[in-house]
Amino acid sequence: MKQRVWKWASLLPLSLLIFLSGCSENMLVLQPKGPVAKTQYDLIVWSVGFMLLIIVVVFVLFAVVLIRYREKPENANYEPPEEEGNTLLEIVWTAIPIIIVTALAIPTVKATFALEKPSQKSVKPLTIHVTAANWKWIFSYPEQNIETVNYVNIPEDVPVKFELTSVGPMSSFWVPQLGGQKYAMDGMETELFLEADEPGSYMGRNANFTGKGFTHMEFEVVAQTKDDFNKWVKDVQQTAPKLSKEKYDTILKPGLVGRMTFSNTHLEWVDHSKQNSHHMGKTEDHRENAEHDEGMHMEHQSHQ
Amino acid sequence: MKWSEFFVTGEPLIYAADVSIVLTVIGIVFILTYFKKWKWLWDEWLTTVDHKKIGVMYIISAVLMLFRGGVDALLMRAQLTAPNMKFLDSQHYNEIFTTHGTIMILFMAMPFIIGLMNIVVPLQIGARDVAYPYLNALSFWLFFVGAMLFNIAFVIGGSPDAGWTAYFPLAGNEFSPGVGNNYYAVALQISGIGTLMTGINFLVTILKMRALGMTLMRMPMFTWTILITCVLIIFAFPVLTVALALMTFDRLFDTQFFTMANGGMSMLWANLFWIWGHPEVYIVILPSFGIFSEVVSTFARKRLFGYKAMVGSIVGIAFLSFIVWVHHFFTMGAGAAVNSFFSITTMAIAIPTGVKIFNWLFTLRKGRIRFTTAMLWSLAFIPNFVIGGVTGVMLAMAAADYQYHNSYFLIAHFHYVLIAGTVFACFAGLHYWYPKMFGHMLNERLGKWTFWLFMIGFNVCFFPMYFLGLMGMTRRMYTYSAGLGWTPLNVVATIGAALMGIGFLVLCYNIYYSARYGERDMTGDPWDGRTLEWATSSPVAHYNFAVIPEVKDLDAYWEMKKSGKGFEMDEEKLKPIHMPSNSGRPFLISIAFFFAGFGLVFKWFTLAIIAAVFIILGLILRSFDDDDGYYISVDEIKRTERLTRKEA
Repeated sequence: MKQRVWKWASLLPLSLLIFLSGCSENMLVLQPKGPVAKTQYDLIVWSVGFMLLIIVVVFVLFAVVLIRYREKPENANYEPPEEEGNTLLEIVWTAIPIIIVTALAIPTVKATFALEKPSQKSVKPLTIHVTAANWKWIFSYPEQNIETVNYVNIPEDVPVKFELTSVGPMSSFWVPQLGGQKYAMDGMETELFLEADEPGSYMGRNANFTGKGFTHMEFEVVAQTKDDFNKWVKDVQQTAPKLSKEKYDTILKPGLVGRMTFSNTHLEWVDHSKQNSHHMGKTEDHRENAEHDEGMHMEHQSHQ
Repeated sequence: MKWSEFFVTGEPLIYAADVSIVLTVIGIVFILTYFKKWKWLWDEWLTTVDHKKIGVMYIISAVLMLFRGGVDALLMRAQLTAPNMKFLDSQHYNEIFTTHGTIMILFMAMPFIIGLMNIVVPLQIGARDVAYPYLNALSFWLFFVGAMLFNIAFVIGGSPDAGWTAYFPLAGNEFSPGVGNNYYAVALQISGIGTLMTGINFLVTILKMRALGMTLMRMPMFTWTILITCVLIIFAFPVLTVALALMTFDRLFDTQFFTMANGGMSMLWANLFWIWGHPEVYIVILPSFGIFSEVVSTFARKRLFGYKAMVGSIVGIAFLSFIVWVHHFFTMGAGAAVNSFFSITTMAIAIPTGVKIFNWLFTLRKGRIRFTTAMLWSLAFIPNFVIGGVTGVMLAMAAADYQYHNSYFLIAHFHYVLIAGTVFACFAGLHYWYPKMFGHMLNERLGKWTFWLFMIGFNVCFFPMYFLGLMGMTRRMYTYSAGLGWTPLNVVATIGAALMGIGFLVLCYNIYYSARYGERDMTGDPWDGRTLEWATSSPVAHYNFAVIPEVKDLDAYWEMKKSGKGFEMDEEKLKPIHMPSNSGRPFLISIAFFFAGFGLVFKWFTLAIIAAVFIILGLILRSFDDDDGYYISVDEIKRTERLTRKEA
């Protein structure tokens, strides 16, 4: 009876393996499509190796100890010895974790520094401003002077410098197959370098909770060949409508919107990454700031 | 404010909750009146300053909160079982995960641990109560009214809905205009004051009230972990107090500490929150390590292996816990140097933790292991916590964390450490010390059913979540679409959650069953224990020890038993025992805190001020209180002791 139980139990890890291999095509983090995600993937695989080693050692030791030293009729009179400890053993199991942590820390630090820079030096990165708003993503291409909402096209094999900011709660910009996430915060600018190796469509989403519409705050990253990308840019510049301030303000209102494309950018009149810009609603232009201050005064007066 | 805004309306689940709350209250009032128990309730419980009764009240509250937080969890799992479920809408789901997180950490894990430490620590160090019994009662009642204030939010005014981390600017007035986050700020503040006082109380108790001969290095491991935990509480909780005060100002008086406009700095909130928040998780995990140490040592019939290294590693972990907080937001863009520093400090925690794991394994080695329920929980802790621990190290690697952050990988990790660590420890401690609280054992058979259901359910529920994280599923999503391929693992997780729920029900039944039919513990030492709490009768006499024992070794009671003397009482040596008097004031002051808090939540400042006057009045009355307690006469001690010893 006991033996049959063990036989079945041994099938468990096997079935788990089969089950997981079925799911693995969905594991976006383990399907890197760019150098940033690849760096992270390598680091993950490296660490998983050590972690499995630790798990195996502890589990085997645990099982052996429990089986050998469990109470049974034969050892009813056995009185365990009083051991205080063993200095040598304790040094060993302090030293081994130190070695493992060191082996993990070095590549971690290297990767952490590497991800702050574009993955290739020879190619000039494409800059895209990303603005998170409740609950949509706005992408501005300052050099191309175009803007998209809820999708972003990028050329393959070109590092893209995403400059992230937010007009609302802190959001997190995440495209699992291209690389890890970074926060987009109001009045702040954070930088994230990503790059796609091959054309394709990649899921992007907000990973940080921002209220009611958070779950639906997704976007698509479309990586194209350089030619396709340039053609798309030209197309947009020629055919897409202009974004007006009024239109932009409606987009910013809390809610969900579909995809949009414009042949200019909101950076013309506001950059939310400048401290408190959203509150002023205009630009960091001095004259307008002064106007704004007057507006504030009036507000105060009306309160009194 | 309209009544329809005051009471939460429009949700059938809420109406059901309304009805059940009213019925429960009517039921309690009826039972107390019918059986004429009001005076008993007041004399024995509401006014008590006895650490054991306070501990029991903490644990009862914690089990109630486990029920509430668990129902929240099951509702979330129900909603996520299949794609595009319409069971909960986004707003409702947001409220539920916010209250689930807050309740489980602050109103379930903390009070459960604090309850056990209230019951056990004075007994383990051979003391008759804590250093400040009156303060202890106040601590409990502040925690309790804080918890109640937080719990009524979902029927009165609306629950907080910005996550248990309440990140700004989302939790500010601009994006969360309702009263929900006022509840969060005020309720946590009130119970936080209670926790801070508990920290001070137990620090003094452990440092000043140990029995003769109990040097620091002869203290039981659980007491050691509580001592270090108290230090963590004293350093960490003031940060929370300040952060919550600033949050309250922002929300009630429109200050701009964390807002988007006018120079507010939302990142400051995240930093303050986690400077408290990371030590907080060690506040609930270190005592758990202590509980496992006691249980493992008892049921392996062996002294704890590497006691000194165990003490050293908890001190090390406690120190490191204050310099790792940035790992909660590596993705904030602090720069590679900052992230690298916090990566390394975080990974370093694995070293003392690893030492502890091996010391437990070697405590078991050469032992004679008895698989009681308490021991099963403690043993299951080791492999499960190792899974949580190694994935914690993976999360600590900043560059890789960018891929795990806020995903279900993180959810799986912290449930593996908090459930396998703290919840398993609470259950182990509950089974282990139950006879000390109530004089009878919990049924072992039902206990093992709970264990297997809950432990297997836990793994079935949370293990798939690691993979959901790698698939790109982020925390706090209320639904997902079918095409993502997340459905099978979510179904599995929900099945696991249901098993955990059944396990919890079996535990509740066990508490009832054991109270009626459970085996009475006549010996006071049912497990053949090693530390001083087993030298007392079960349930423990009001004064704990008729004569304070003298400690000659670590595992003091074991040493007494081995030397053949046991813990004999010489009736000639009895002296009158000085005990503190009961007082209703901590309870009444806390009620005033409840109304003050309620007033603040709704900005009814008149109510808040009137209640505050009562609080201050209570403090003044306390200052002029010259009740020095009372003495239990030698005759009464003799009577009590003969009674319990005769039964034995």
